[in-house]
Amino acid sequence: MLLVMLIFLPLIAALFIPLLYKKIGQIHTGWFVLPVPAALFIYYSTLLPSIAEGGSRVSELQWIPSLDIAFIAYIDGLSLLFSLLITGIGSLVVLYSIFYLDKHREQLHNFYVYLLMFMTAMLGVVQSDHLISLYLFWELTSISSFLLIGYWYTRDRSRFGALKSMMITVFGGLMMLGGFVLLAIMGGTYSIRELIGQVPEISNHDFFIWALVLILLGAFTKSAQFPFYIWLPDAMEAPTPVSAYLHSATMVKAGLYLVARFTPIFAVSSTWVWLVTGIGLFTMFWASFWALKQRDLKGILAFSTVSQLGLIMSLLGASAVAFHVEDAVGTYFVYAGFAAVFHLINHAVFKGSLFMIAGIVDHETGTRDIRKLGGLMSLMPISFTIAMIGSFSMAGLPPFGGFLSKEMFLTGMLTLTEFNLFQFDTWGILFPVIACIGSVFTFIYSFYFVFHTFAGKHKPELLPKKAHEAPIGMLLSPAFLAILVIVIFIIPNVVGDWLVKPAVAAIQPFLYSSPQEVPVDVAYWHGPNTEFFMTLGIFAVGFLMFWTLRKWQKSYDLYPESLTLNRLYDNMMILSDTGANRFSRLYMTGFMRSYLVYMFSFVIIIVLGTFVLNEAFAVDMNNLAPVGLYEIVIMLAMFGSILTILFSKSRLTAIIALGAVGYTVALFFVIFRAPDLALTQLVIETISVALFLLAFYHLPQISRKEERMRFRLGNAVIALGVGVTMTLVALAAHSGKALPSISEFYKETVYTEAGGGNIVNVILVDYRGFDTLFEIAVLGIAGIGIITLIKLRLSKKEGQHENK
Amino acid sequence: MKTNDVMLQTATKVVTFIILLFAVHIFFAGHYTPGGGFVGGLLTTSAIVLLMLAFGIRTVKKILPINYVVMTSVGLLVAIATAAASIVFDVPFFTHAYDYFDLPLFGETSLHSALLFDIGVYLVVVGVTMTIIQTIGEDE
Repeated sequence: MLLVMLIFLPLIAALFIPLLYKKIGQIHTGWFVLPVPAALFIYYSTLLPSIAEGGSRVSELQWIPSLDIAFIAYIDGLSLLFSLLITGIGSLVVLYSIFYLDKHREQLHNFYVYLLMFMTAMLGVVQSDHLISLYLFWELTSISSFLLIGYWYTRDRSRFGALKSMMITVFGGLMMLGGFVLLAIMGGTYSIRELIGQVPEISNHDFFIWALVLILLGAFTKSAQFPFYIWLPDAMEAPTPVSAYLHSATMVKAGLYLVARFTPIFAVSSTWVWLVTGIGLFTMFWASFWALKQRDLKGILAFSTVSQLGLIMSLLGASAVAFHVEDAVGTYFVYAGFAAVFHLINHAVFKGSLFMIAGIVDHETGTRDIRKLGGLMSLMPISFTIAMIGSFSMAGLPPFGGFLSKEMFLTGMLTLTEFNLFQFDTWGILFPVIACIGSVFTFIYSFYFVFHTFAGKHKPELLPKKAHEAPIGMLLSPAFLAILVIVIFIIPNVVGDWLVKPAVAAIQPFLYSSPQEVPVDVAYWHGPNTEFFMTLGIFAVGFLMFWTLRKWQKSYDLYPESLTLNRLYDNMMILSDTGANRFSRLYMTGFMRSYLVYMFSFVIIIVLGTFVLNEAFAVDMNNLAPVGLYEIVIMLAMFGSILTILFSKSRLTAIIALGAVGYTVALFFVIFRAPDLALTQLVIETISVALFLLAFYHLPQISRKEERMRFRLGNAVIALGVGVTMTLVALAAHSGKALPSISEFYKETVYTEAGGGNIVNVILVDYRGFDTLFEIAVLGIAGIGIITLIKLRLSKKEGQHENK
Repeated sequence: MKTNDVMLQTATKVVTFIILLFAVHIFFAGHYTPGGGFVGGLLTTSAIVLLMLAFGIRTVKKILPINYVVMTSVGLLVAIATAAASIVFDVPFFTHAYDYFDLPLFGETSLHSALLFDIGVYLVVVGVTMTIIQTIGEDE
């Protein structure tokens, strides 16, 4: 219970934010938000000792017991690592945002409500053991990301980026839901832990491969893998704290989490190994290559994030390989899993600090265009130091944390060449080669980011603001992260024991039963092995290419814009937009009569079709009440009124005749002793006649000239069809009674159980209360509809307010 | 709508109140004899429509300054709240409760939570029909 409640803590806190913002405006709202992630971080830290020994915590809250849906918070090494990242980086980001967002100009209450909503969603994703609640939280992260990217909603680019991220990640989320449902069908349970226990049965099921691909689609869209990565660069329109938090440290890692969490289930499959490793590695290369085309600081970081996510993804894929190797514990195959988690931590730390520095540069100079920047080293020395630490860690240089995990990444990729299943013996050599090329580009863009901003010539005339160092509060968070980068390098094995190994044990339960069994020891120096020479080569080539960057960077522009994935996405959006428009215009003519024709035709087709399919035609003339004089007279009156409607020249006559039809029906109700119906029918007829008179008063006279013979003939056919259909239904309903009438039940229970005397009314308010509830809801909507139709008629000029 | 019909106006002054009284009667009678929130609402509407026919929409609006949109939403809220109230007592959504009470003047009376729901229906029906008639009637 407690753990589940803690997931919802940020969301509950979010309820009070608008109030605090309105009432205590002189204090930056961020200060009220900060304690939430900080307290959660402290609480989760206290769980560390027991989890590091291989323990786990479970807590459950029933949600829809009848459908077996519950919130189950399950904390093991992997969940705890992510929870700490979410709350830890979250606290730093909130602290940073207090100085980044101006309390007078920004709508802080919106910002922090979305941010806290995201925190709950993300904690829910990483702690949910129940597939359905995992999905729920997953989509909630997409929604809060959408809201945060579109935070400056008056900008076109923000809205565009928000929509793009939403379209792509929600598409993936829906696919993932499909995968989850298939998994639940195969395993008969929604619990991930129980599913892991049933791997032998699940893996032989026909749906297995479908579930695998669908879940991977979810993970790849969220973690911005090729070809879905295109939303992430556009998501950079969000305020920088958001980019640092959602789009580099946490949300985009949800896909990695998903892959890690499902590795025990899917590792048996060769498709899994190939897809995850292959797509991951290709993404790593592809994004690092294109990062150098970017001119926007955050654009570079966005591509670098995509690339790093690909790197971790490929390592996770490689960690599944260990499942297929005999006695993997003694070999180098164990490195991949460890490296994946280790690099995940490193990346969150150094990328968080780099994003914050990009935000600081933007904040203090007024631009993020790297062509205008340069020479800030002397003006912003602290920012420069932090940026350098982050970038060097990203480039894989010692003495920073990134060096260690980059070495292990190379080891992981090299061991793949030794793997001799799934055609890895022939294609495996590609992995270290692509990894090397990707690393070279990573090296270049890291240097590009830091040195083109801070070194070189200062160009004050190009900057919108006079550059100066950021206030101390803004530097706190990135400086803290930069120190962490170095700390991780100094004590890698402590980090390994406390954070990485428990997570690895959760990813590879088939290898280890407790975190202590993970046989990896991080060392600074492995001797002159292949990895070492690869690293040296990467540094040398990277440095040379960085030196000559200005000469070859222009060649990126040679790539035609029309062939990019972005263009593909744009075209798809335009196509679906115009396509949907064209399709609706096809049948939405704007004439009421056309719509009536559609509706009545469908009624005829569906009802008569059902009749034919079920052979339900039945005419039984027994048990009929005798037809008396009254009925005949009323029928004649009704026919007379109907004929009057059809042939009347004036609309007024037609309406009154229509009222007459209604009154005769009411008379029928009287004869058949249904006073309730008669009463209602009488009143409603009166009111609707008045209404019609009111409405038609404004309309022009009827002109019969326009109606062609064909049109009238068509109407006649449909009118006849509806008449015949209804008659058949009435006859069949009377003749063939499949079930005993429910009226007996009503008669018996109306007084004893419902406490009423009038069955009709008790049906309305009690037996079928749901019907009435929704009917009055529909009535309400209809009323609003009429108001909008009549009162809010927009003239054409007013109609184009959308893009202001 | 320009009317200057003395007979209609004089008759309306009397008839409206009769209809309104009848509407109230029918509304409360609904649970045992013909009637209910729906008919009651419609009757009330018809009384107001009659007033409008006799005296014109503007005059009626002045006498009865009611925002019918608000009335509709209040009605919907009452209905939903009645249906949802059962959750508090840990019984399924929409479970009604009733009992018999000895009230002064009325004697033994059955009080039923369905009545609350019916009030919601009544308000929505009056609100929506009046909204529709008023907006269409005012539109020039």
